[in-house]
Amino acid sequence: MAYGFTTAAYVVAAVLFILSLGGLSGQESAKRAVWYGIVGMALAVAATIYGPGAGLWWLSVALIAGGGAIGWIVAQRVQMTEMPQLVAAMHSLVGLAAVFIGFNTHIEMVRVAAMDEAARAALTGFAATVAHKTGVEISILRVETFLGIFIGAVTFTGSVIAYGKLAGKVDGKAKKLPGGHLLNAAAAIMSLVLLVVYLQSGSSLALVGMTLAALFIGYHLIMGIGGADMPVVVSMLNSYSGWAAAAIGFSLSNDLLIVVGALVGSSGAILSYIMCKAMNRSFISVILGGFGGTTGPAMEVTGEQIAIDAEGVAAALNDADSIIIIPGYGMAVAQAQQSVSELTRKLRAKGKNVRFAIHPVAGRLPGHMNVLLAEAKVPYDIVLEMDEINEDFPETDVAIVIGSNDIVNPAAQEDPNSPIAGMPVLECWKAKQVFVSKRGQGTGYSGIENPLFFKENTRMFYGDAKKSLDSLLPMID
Amino acid sequence: MKIGALTEVFPGENRVAMTPDSAVQLAKLGHSACIQSGAGAKAGFSDAAYAAAGVEVLPDAAAVVAAADVIVKVRGPEAGELSAMQDGQTLISFFWPAQNPELLETAAKKNLTVVAMDMVPRISRAQKMDALSSMANIAGYRAVIEAGNNFGRFFTGQVTAAGKVPPAKVLIVGAGVAGLAAIGTSVSLGAIVHAFDVRPEVAEQIESMGANFVFLEFEQAQDGAATGGYAAPSSPEFREKQLAKFRELAPEMDIVITTALIPGRPAPKLWTEDMVRMMKPGSVIVDLAAERGGNCDLTVPDQKIVTDNGVTIVGYTDFPSRMAAQASTLYSTNIRHMLTDLTPKKDGVILHNMEDDVIRGATVAHVGAVTYPPPPPKIAAIAAAKPKEKAKELTPEERRAKEVAAFKAQTRNQVGLLAIGGGLMLLAGLYAPASFMSHFIVFVLAVFVGFQVIWNVSHSLHTPLMAVTNAISSIIILGALMQIGSGSFLVILLAALSVFMAGINIFGGFMVTRRMLAMFQKS
Repeated sequence: MAYGFTTAAYVVAAVLFILSLGGLSGQESAKRAVWYGIVGMALAVAATIYGPGAGLWWLSVALIAGGGAIGWIVAQRVQMTEMPQLVAAMHSLVGLAAVFIGFNTHIEMVRVAAMDEAARAALTGFAATVAHKTGVEISILRVETFLGIFIGAVTFTGSVIAYGKLAGKVDGKAKKLPGGHLLNAAAAIMSLVLLVVYLQSGSSLALVGMTLAALFIGYHLIMGIGGADMPVVVSMLNSYSGWAAAAIGFSLSNDLLIVVGALVGSSGAILSYIMCKAMNRSFISVILGGFGGTTGPAMEVTGEQIAIDAEGVAAALNDADSIIIIPGYGMAVAQAQQSVSELTRKLRAKGKNVRFAIHPVAGRLPGHMNVLLAEAKVPYDIVLEMDEINEDFPETDVAIVIGSNDIVNPAAQEDPNSPIAGMPVLECWKAKQVFVSKRGQGTGYSGIENPLFFKENTRMFYGDAKKSLDSLLPMID
Repeated sequence: MKIGALTEVFPGENRVAMTPDSAVQLAKLGHSACIQSGAGAKAGFSDAAYAAAGVEVLPDAAAVVAAADVIVKVRGPEAGELSAMQDGQTLISFFWPAQNPELLETAAKKNLTVVAMDMVPRISRAQKMDALSSMANIAGYRAVIEAGNNFGRFFTGQVTAAGKVPPAKVLIVGAGVAGLAAIGTSVSLGAIVHAFDVRPEVAEQIESMGANFVFLEFEQAQDGAATGGYAAPSSPEFREKQLAKFRELAPEMDIVITTALIPGRPAPKLWTEDMVRMMKPGSVIVDLAAERGGNCDLTVPDQKIVTDNGVTIVGYTDFPSRMAAQASTLYSTNIRHMLTDLTPKKDGVILHNMEDDVIRGATVAHVGAVTYPPPPPKIAAIAAAKPKEKAKELTPEERRAKEVAAFKAQTRNQVGLLAIGGGLMLLAGLYAPASFMSHFIVFVLAVFVGFQVIWNVSHSLHTPLMAVTNAISSIIILGALMQIGSGSFLVILLAALSVFMAGINIFGGFMVTRRMLAMFQKS
């Protein structure tokens, strides 16, 4: 009876999880959808504790409560600008848990294999499931366990490094050990060899060796990827944590784990795909790090960068009817979202049409800018995607670029030799006037000169984004 | 150098080429200034004001000519004025060299340097000294004011307790500087404004000022940019078409302001007598081209007439002079900018650099020689507006064929993928045990559902999506929960750690998602 109940609970939980992800198609339905997820999770956990195979339920409940308390506190305290770090840190936990559970499976296998018939019959729980497996099934179990540990380990170190880079604790620049990707390839081949060894012998040593190799791959792979490619990295790790869960689900014969793992895995994969598409780069090129080679000399940038002061910007804004603001990672760094919101509020109060244009890879996390603007109480219906707003620039009086660079680089369209040629960009230069709030004259993440800054209708508003905007606010009347 | 301004001798001319303000600016260039007594009186600048600005006020023209090195004027010089000038002096004023070849000869013979303000090339750098534009701007404004003065109704439409007033309908012919100024003025007075120009590329400018561009369907629309931004004569067919359009508009229009001029030619006749007859009584025509014969057949230069059917036709030729204070301020600023370019070191020494495009273009006589006409400027006046390439319109059949082809390609792709996927699945089914296959089917279906669901997630919610998938990927806790009951201590320890970590993740992930989603507010 208990088994049937657990399965039923799992089915309900799986449906709830699917609804929970599906609900994210709109801002309002998403608020409901998150509760589906919570209920689904509660149901799944309760059913498992109550169901067959589980033991020491008091310990489980205590640990969940303890971990939950920490999670709760972290979730309440985290700043929205720290969201990318938090997400990466949470991925690392899933990865590590997958490694642990994988090892447990292995230990159980070894333990069960050492038992005699009588002892096997007396087993309960997971060990009993293992005991009933045939030879082929044991082999498959080994592959599944092996995969679960491998993906989990890569996810773990990868996420730790990604966390370090996003939190500024590790240098954000792309770094590789001598040997570069050959080292990764060697570690991957070693893992493959160890898989064969493990399949033959079931040796613990092979498993530990593979784990070390996988940990190294995770570390080295993410170290070699620079800061602005983090959206892809984080969504890739998200995907991996899902596949790890699915692999563990296979090894434990738990359908709910498989379903949820697959959902999360495909979600992360789609996000990575969208991010790569937005940069016009293949997934492989992002993972291997660096931009594609240029095919010829870059186009000469002519003209000069003309600076403007707050009075000039304020006068233009007071005259403008339609304004589009393009935020980038610089806005998050300067913590300028509140000032942006205040500016928006003031301009909208004067009846001006103020909108935001968000490039898919703006920031360090998919949808990062949307969350920051939402936190600063910018209504979401004026925050638009690139495809929705790109055609409106020619009818726009003023475009304000705040802390973004490559995503507004006209070279992507105009210069076929540019390394970012073909990348979809926000065509802000088509607006009547463009103001660029920027700290200095440097180039963006890609290191490519941005001809936008030299255009006739562009004025550079140098300085820290927050300070610049704050000095602007009193002049808007 | 000493800059001297003369009183205008042309009857009715109220402007003056130097104002107290411009004199102060000239002093900054190292020049001193003198002016004929009473020169600024008609424009509202008293001798005292000039004296206060440090300008030497001299009793008559002869004294100014004797004292100054550079003479500035508004109107072109009369023969008498020119002959009074001394050898080597510089004259800056309007000159119209094409219309006044004899004067030009005289000037060259007298070894005068003449800078003609009407010859300043139309390039961006020279805009600040383009006196034609600044005067045209005033003329355009004043034309509307004159029209309003003679028009018995409001410009703007009103609904009052005493009845409804329709807005005035204004037609502006020719959207040069004067035309655009007239458009801006009439729009801001509240009229409904239509504007016409033979250069289709100005449609955008007209619309940006708030007027409707009167569109003429014609094949060989001329490209005004090739003629330095000015209009060129049009073909007879085009003219017929244009007149037909005007005939259509004439009965509706309350005010017509014509500004059509072609450089070096008499004004084109665009508003014929029959059009005037069609207009309502009380309507007003202001002809800014009156000086060159007028765009309207019935225009009498320098006069305001009323036709038999009650249409007022204003043919004044002195619009800028009618706003002498404003006109003098702008013109003197143009002159001052010209002198700034002529005094590159700001040390009061004039350096007549004939290599400079602007100075070369404006100078019509220099060191005893006639230097008109100038060579074409090195920089094109206005970048020629390239005709936009239109995307080829597909016929319905072509479009249909394309759609069908795309649909077929898509179908082929999908069927191919399904076939490969199905094949692999069957292959796995042949070798793998049934217990594995049942889980595998679940996995494949879940991936499929995942792809379908995630594509619909709004881009703006990608961060919450990541947080929530993070939380639910902690479902891995189930594995730990199933193992925690094991007999081995190591297994219990690892499982307990996993439960703990997943616990952090579940609560952290869901809470932070909820927090984020609560922030998304609709306006």
